[in-house]
Amino acid sequence: MKPAPFTYCRPDNVEQVLDLLRQHGGDSRILAGGQTLMAMLNMRLVEPKILVDISMMEALRFIRVADNYLEIGAAVIQADLLAWTDLEQYAPLMAKALPWVGHAQTRNKGTVCGSIAHSDPSSEMPLCLALLGGEIVLRSKTNRRMVKAADFQIGTLTTARQEDELIEAIRIPVPADVSKFAFQEVAIRHGDFALVAVAASHSPDGIRLGVGGVADRPEVRHWEHLPEDEIDTALNDLAHELGGYDDIHASAGYRRELVRTIGKRVILEVMA
Amino acid sequence: MIEYGAADRVKVTLTVNNESLTGYASSRMLLSDFIRHELGLTGTHVGCEHGVCGACTIQIDGRPVRSCLMLAVQAEGREIQTVEGLSDKGTLNRLQQAFRSHHALQCGFCTSGILMSMTNLLNENPTPTDDEITDILSGHLCRCTGYVGIVKAVQSLVLENIARENGENA
Ligand code: FES
Ligand code: FES
Repeated sequence: MKPAPFTYCRPDNVEQVLDLLRQHGGDSRILAGGQTLMAMLNMRLVEPKILVDISMMEALRFIRVADNYLEIGAAVIQADLLAWTDLEQYAPLMAKALPWVGHAQTRNKGTVCGSIAHSDPSSEMPLCLALLGGEIVLRSKTNRRMVKAADFQIGTLTTARQEDELIEAIRIPVPADVSKFAFQEVAIRHGDFALVAVAASHSPDGIRLGVGGVADRPEVRHWEHLPEDEIDTALNDLAHELGGYDDIHASAGYRRELVRTIGKRVILEVMA
Repeated sequence: MIEYGAADRVKVTLTVNNESLTGYASSRMLLSDFIRHELGLTGTHVGCEHGVCGACTIQIDGRPVRSCLMLAVQAEGREIQTVEGLSDKGTLNRLQQAFRSHHALQCGFCTSGILMSMTNLLNENPTPTDDEITDILSGHLCRCTGYVGIVKAVQSLVLENIARENGENA
């Protein structure tokens, strides 16, 4: 199918983007990489009046390190972040998770912040951001605010972004040197939506596990101490708490089983 | 600021297979449709129009991407490679010949997209591993071949490339 008619705008700077958002609000959509939005436009799941293209805006294409966090701008393409030589040092979890985001052909166009904006419950980037305790930088004509990942993603495809706000960047805390990370997911075909995705970290304050694809948003649990013989029980409890859902690809029971098996795998990996 | 209304007819000039071409697009026209209907290059196929099948894959500025997930007006001034640019005046190139020899296609609907992805893979790394080949191939759907012939075709070029490298080092 083809998109419904819209007006296409390519602003020269962020101020113009914010003006358009203030003027048109919910009638507008930001177009960054388009790897989800273009498909939704083609299927007419969304029919904005104004499309605001930021994909070529150099001012939003930054990867920078400041005060112990890494900041990734709204126009940064997934493949470019993956190719960034310092990624392993500043965001080791992202380095592990990015190869699971879509396919090489969509990573060549899709943006990191676009994944966050779309907030699919099974998507990898929101899961990583939630596990790492990252923040989303939201900017409107009159305001600039940071929202914690846990408060940003409210539910399936639903976020705390206001209609006049632009996701300008995301911020990820740079981990302590001793921290360890692991990422795993199960999908029907590599690159498809995850049935279940898990990410784990082991830092001085304990073990964290993030689970995507089971609840309506990524869920993170933290254990200060998790003895090896208690992992199974902890994961079983978590699996039942999250519940899961049945769809054409997998039953809720299978999703819970994946939480137990790949959840254990990543926890053991970071504890090793 | 650039602004194209829903009813505007926009002139788009871009480089396709090293040739500068111009066509007209509405703001909502997909790049895949522009390439096929405006430029008349029907080698690029359209299957799903939501980024899943890979049939519409082309290279933009040297990277394989889905042309169904991009607007024609975004391609102004860009460098595009389509399957038409692979052969030399009708003579199949090495990759295309390998596809033919290894039965890497039946109906051919998926083939042009796969060729564009594999061309890029081999450009960046003339000797990819089997895992690297199948990883790139996972971005494409083929309903005919079962993929084995496609992998074999690419592997045959990898072997040739290894032999060449060894020959050069000898
Ligand atoms: S037509 Fe573009 S991916 Fe299927
Ligand atoms: S050859 Fe028919 S779909 Fe691949």
